This record gives sequence, C-alpha cells and structure tokens, in this order.
Amino acid sequence: MKEQGTFRVKKGMAQMQKGGVIMDVTTVEQAQIAEKAGAVAVMALERVPADIRAAGGVARMADPVMIKTIMDTVTIPVMAKVRIGHFTEAQILEEIGVDYIDESEVLTPADEQYHINKHKFKVPFVCGARDLGEALRRISEGAAMIRTKGEPGTGNVVEAVRHMRKVMDQIRQVAGKSEDELVVMAKELGVSIEQLKEVKKEGRLPVVNFAAGGIASPADAALMMQLGSDGIFVGSGIFKAAKPQKVAEAIVKATMNYEDPKVLLEVSQGLGEAMPGLEMSTLTEADRMQERGI
Amino acid sequence: MKIGVLSIQGAISEHFKLLTMCGVEAVPVKNTQNLAAVNGLIIPGGESTTIGKLIEVAGLSMPIKERTKNNTLALFGTCAGMVLMAKEVLDGIDNQPILGLMNTRVKRNAFGRQRESFETSFEFKGIEGSLSGVFIRAPLIEEAGEEVEILSKLNEGIIAARQGNLLATSFHPELTEDHRIHHYFVKMCENISCRLC
Repeated sequence: MKEQGTFRVKKGMAQMQKGGVIMDVTTVEQAQIAEKAGAVAVMALERVPADIRAAGGVARMADPVMIKTIMDTVTIPVMAKVRIGHFTEAQILEEIGVDYIDESEVLTPADEQYHINKHKFKVPFVCGARDLGEALRRISEGAAMIRTKGEPGTGNVVEAVRHMRKVMDQIRQVAGKSEDELVVMAKELGVSIEQLKEVKKEGRLPVVNFAAGGIASPADAALMMQLGSDGIFVGSGIFKAAKPQKVAEAIVKATMNYEDPKVLLEVSQGLGEAMPGLEMSTLTEADRMQERGI
Repeated sequence: MKIGVLSIQGAISEHFKLLTMCGVEAVPVKNTQNLAAVNGLIIPGGESTTIGKLIEVAGLSMPIKERTKNNTLALFGTCAGMVLMAKEVLDGIDNQPILGLMNTRVKRNAFGRQRESFETSFEFKGIEGSLSGVFIRAPLIEEAGEEVEILSKLNEGIIAARQGNLLATSFHPELTEDHRIHHYFVKMCENISCRLC
C-alpha cells in the first residue's frame, strides 16, 4: 500500500536538498538560469525580498499562474511562499502541486497568534526560526524543514549568522544537560521534553536546517555551511547582482566546497557588483521581518 | 575494503549511517584522490541536475566511467543516482550531464511531484522478506536491456536493477533503518579489486 504525505516522506524531500542551493526566482528566464547553475530547487515569487521591502504594503502569495508557469519550465522542485497562518493560501499551493511551501515572514503575516497546522497537508513545509525554541515549535506544528530567518532582502548575512550560531549553541547546551535540567529548558523554550530528548540523542535538529536571510556571496554561503547549515537559500543575492548567472554558479560551487579555500577564492573572483545591501541599524522596528511569527 | 559516498549534494550522511551498520569503512568522495581509494561508490539521492553538473566540475565523471567499465569500481545509485547511471533519461533538462553506464531508459519524476511522493513495501530479488522504501519525486526504469537484471518492480514499473557491478534503485533505502540493500551492495564490492585500495 502506498502511503503519501507521511512525515518521513515530507522530511525526506528536504534531506534530498542537503548541500544544495535554493534560489528565489521571479520569471521563467530566472528559473532557467537557476536550474542551469545547479540549484536544487527554486522559490517562485512575484518579487524578491529586497523589492518586497522597497514596495511596502501587504505582501501575499504569488499569482498561481506565475507559479505554474515556472513549474512547467524547470524539472527541479518548485517552492512557493504563503503568509504565516494563511492556511487557505497553503491549500491553493497544494492544489497547484508545488513541491514545498515556505510559511514565510517575508510576506505580511495573516495570523498573529497561530501558524498553519502543517500536519494536515501532504506537501511539506519549511519555516524560519531564530533559535531552537522557534525551530522546535515549528516542527511540532508539522514543519519538515527549518531555515534561519536572518533578515531577508538586506544582503547582510549578520542576522543569519546570529540565528545559526544561536541554534547550534542551544543544541550543544541540550547535549550537555541531564534529563531533569531538560524539563526546565523545555519550559523556557516552550517546547516538549520529548523534542529536547530527541535533539540530545541526535545532536542536531530532527529535520534539515538551511540558512536563509541575507546570503549574497559565495563566501556568505560557505560561512553558513561552516557554521553547520545543511544548505542555502539565496533570495535577492543572485538576481539583484550585476552578473546573476555567474553569482548563481559561484554560490553553488562554494556551497559544495565550503571547506576548501582554494575553490572559494576561485569562485569569488570577477563576480561584478553584488547587491547593494542594508546595514541593520538603518532598519526600524517595523522593517524587521524576523520578529514576525515567533 | 572501503566504500565511498559521493559527497557533492543530497542525502549523504544517511548512506554513511547504513554503511556503518553494515560494518564497513565508509569515506566521503569529493575528488579524484578520494575516488582512487574506494572499491565501491554510492551516488546518493539529491537533485540529478545538480549532482550531474558537479560530478563533471569535480573531474569525477571520466574516472567513474573508466573504472566501472574495467570492473575496478562498483556503483550504487539511489534515485538521482539511478538517473545519472542510465544511458537515456526522459524528462531531463537539455544536455543534462549523466554518466550513461546502465543499459536503461529512466523517466525522471515518474510518479509525479512531491505531493505524490510515498512510502511502500515490496519484494527484492536476492533479499528475503519484504523491504520498505521511500519514493521522493522518484524515477522509474521504463526500459532495460537484456544484460540488466530486474530486482524489484512496483505495479509493473522497474524500481531496482543490476547490471554487473552497477546497482540502481528508484527509492531511498537510506531514509529507512533497513541496511539489507546496502549489505547487498557491500557483497558486490567484495568482488572488486582496485589498484590503490
């Protein structure tokens, strides 16, 4: 008997993406460039995060026609974003047949209290997290993949680094704690003791953990991999750069060879102008997407 | 004896876990030096377009082809690996880089998209009892030459096959705790002698 949409099948899909780069694309041409460059998946969007930031207003799920066109164009998996808590947008994306749904803080949240109950879907979900508590809460809601939130659309890696370091540090803390101590930690993090026991046993998150939110160069990608990421999401960093094709290929190679400075040097050369980027102190409280949906 | 896991992209650590359960030494293969030291190589599940491209960038394509042909390397591909090992790939991208070693025609994403992905159990020739496997946007062998031994079928679709020192499955044994297929591959590797390993 065939069993579809089990947690193993959903989580397994993310496991197949490990060591790869998932790229934001807004057109068929960009999707083709991403596939050719060696992306393991594309995220179909109407605007990259940097443009969502610039445009302001309410950011919603992309037009299904646009997502469908990209699905028809590339052979690699296609992901798309829904607003936090907007389970109807998710139902629509599942109906289209996207391969992964990103319940994303990049879009304007639809529910300030509840995330989507992701167990109800056959399609797997990825969610953002800034620390172990957020990551495990999303997993308990059914997320089959986690990514750092970082600060999307800034081209500034500092927040992704902060979030990845935090998660890794907390995992090491869990590993060193006794069961009695884990009870208290579970309360503090708002997660179950069973989840912390699993983290302690495996020495890692129970699902794949990618880096996202501000990665703009091959060196950024390699940095995140060395800090313990399972793979990389690149949003605005590729198609906001002067030479997208070259940057895309360079980030793919850097992600694979993240421990080899020779390769990193080679791929970091001649990339042209990178996306301009934003310094965190220039963002107001309201500009910070990472505070959404904790 | 050492068995390598192609460590470019995909479910790499999962294969290490099962090889360790089989009690063999498993090493990562990223370059030609790593490759020279192994009797067998596993191409893990992942994205075949990505892995195919990066196999060529790493200069691994030629030595893998040569050594499997002169029988100094056994090869086991799961999912993306099955695609890369096929002589002919349907529904790939233009000029998709493949190894083209097995006399098979493989259809990518033969069951549909992720929504249609599933797990199930089936029989496998040479292994007693039923096996379970996870099919993630899985390929199928649509046609196989005479020299290809069919090891498992699911509703008439070929999901596992062997051609001499080449083994391919469209599912992921590495997403389960069952190491019997890995053990089957370890046995295949025991018949291989290579100069440096």
